[in-house]
Amino acid sequence: MAHTAAESHAPTHHYTTTGLDNRKVAIWMFIGSECMLFASLISTYLIYKGKNLVGPLPHEAWTNPQTGQVMPAILDIPVTSVSTFVLLMSSLSMVLALAAVENRGKPVPPGLGGRILSSSKLWLFMTCLMGAIFLGFQAYEFTSFVHEGLTIRRNLFGSSFFTLTGFHGAHVTAGVIWLGTLLAIDMKRGLQPKDAVWVDIAALYWHFVDVVWIAIFTLVYLIQ
Amino acid sequence: MANDHGSHASPDHAHEHPTWKQYKWVALILTVITAFEVWAYYVPALVASPFFVPMLLIMSAAKFVIVVMFYMHLKYDNRLFKALFTGPLIIAMATLIGLLFLLATHKAEGGIG
Repeated sequence: MAHTAAESHAPTHHYTTTGLDNRKVAIWMFIGSECMLFASLISTYLIYKGKNLVGPLPHEAWTNPQTGQVMPAILDIPVTSVSTFVLLMSSLSMVLALAAVENRGKPVPPGLGGRILSSSKLWLFMTCLMGAIFLGFQAYEFTSFVHEGLTIRRNLFGSSFFTLTGFHGAHVTAGVIWLGTLLAIDMKRGLQPKDAVWVDIAALYWHFVDVVWIAIFTLVYLIQ
Repeated sequence: MANDHGSHASPDHAHEHPTWKQYKWVALILTVITAFEVWAYYVPALVASPFFVPMLLIMSAAKFVIVVMFYMHLKYDNRLFKALFTGPLIIAMATLIGLLFLLATHKAEGGIG
């Protein structure tokens, strides 16, 4: 009886014939399919690049035909650079959250640094917060673009830009909700090393969202 | 606590993860590369140079690889996971490059930029 009770509390593994956890196999397959989704969106953006019949334009000044006013390039590189930095740092806090969950129950190094590094709640919260800050930057960017006359229907740049970055923003939103759920679980009962694989797959998704942004930042914002 | 990330429950976790110091260095390298990319954007001589786009692409690819290898732990993970990621990535890159060669060379009449 005691043996049965012990078994019922043992961590449940989802191994396949490969000896690997099938949840990790699934998330890697999902990430692989997402690579192809974002490659198609990036391809579309690049194919339409430089084929706009009307402004606003990403990197060049343009003349508004209605008013004759010369308008500056619409992309705001300094603001996007800050949001890119925030998203990169969120990946650091994510790996620290995973490490904290994996190492729970092990001796914590003395001092404040050890306590900070072993706090999965802190790092999950920081990751959620930085994801939300990134989304705030994106909302600000989208709003300012619309105020400057760039909508999804305005020109090819608007259509491909809002579709690409909008899809990415939707993925970040899903990631923030996912990590927020893990944080809520951690607050309620505490994430244990047996739960590490759940944090691991969320982390893989989050880092993938980060690497997609690395590509978007260079291809859309920096290459003129 | 971050110096012994190696003990996990499942076989696919039975590998070493980077240490806290390595994570810190990775973050620093990513920040430096990003800062250099943004700096390069504001140097007209660099932007006009034929090396500008290849340089940005190389730096972006370096950041991509660093995150995948160290933060996604693909460097330390099972080979099947590497195949599941790099296979579709190669297909995606080939599709992207193929489409660009096929379609991006045709400029629309009256295109302004």
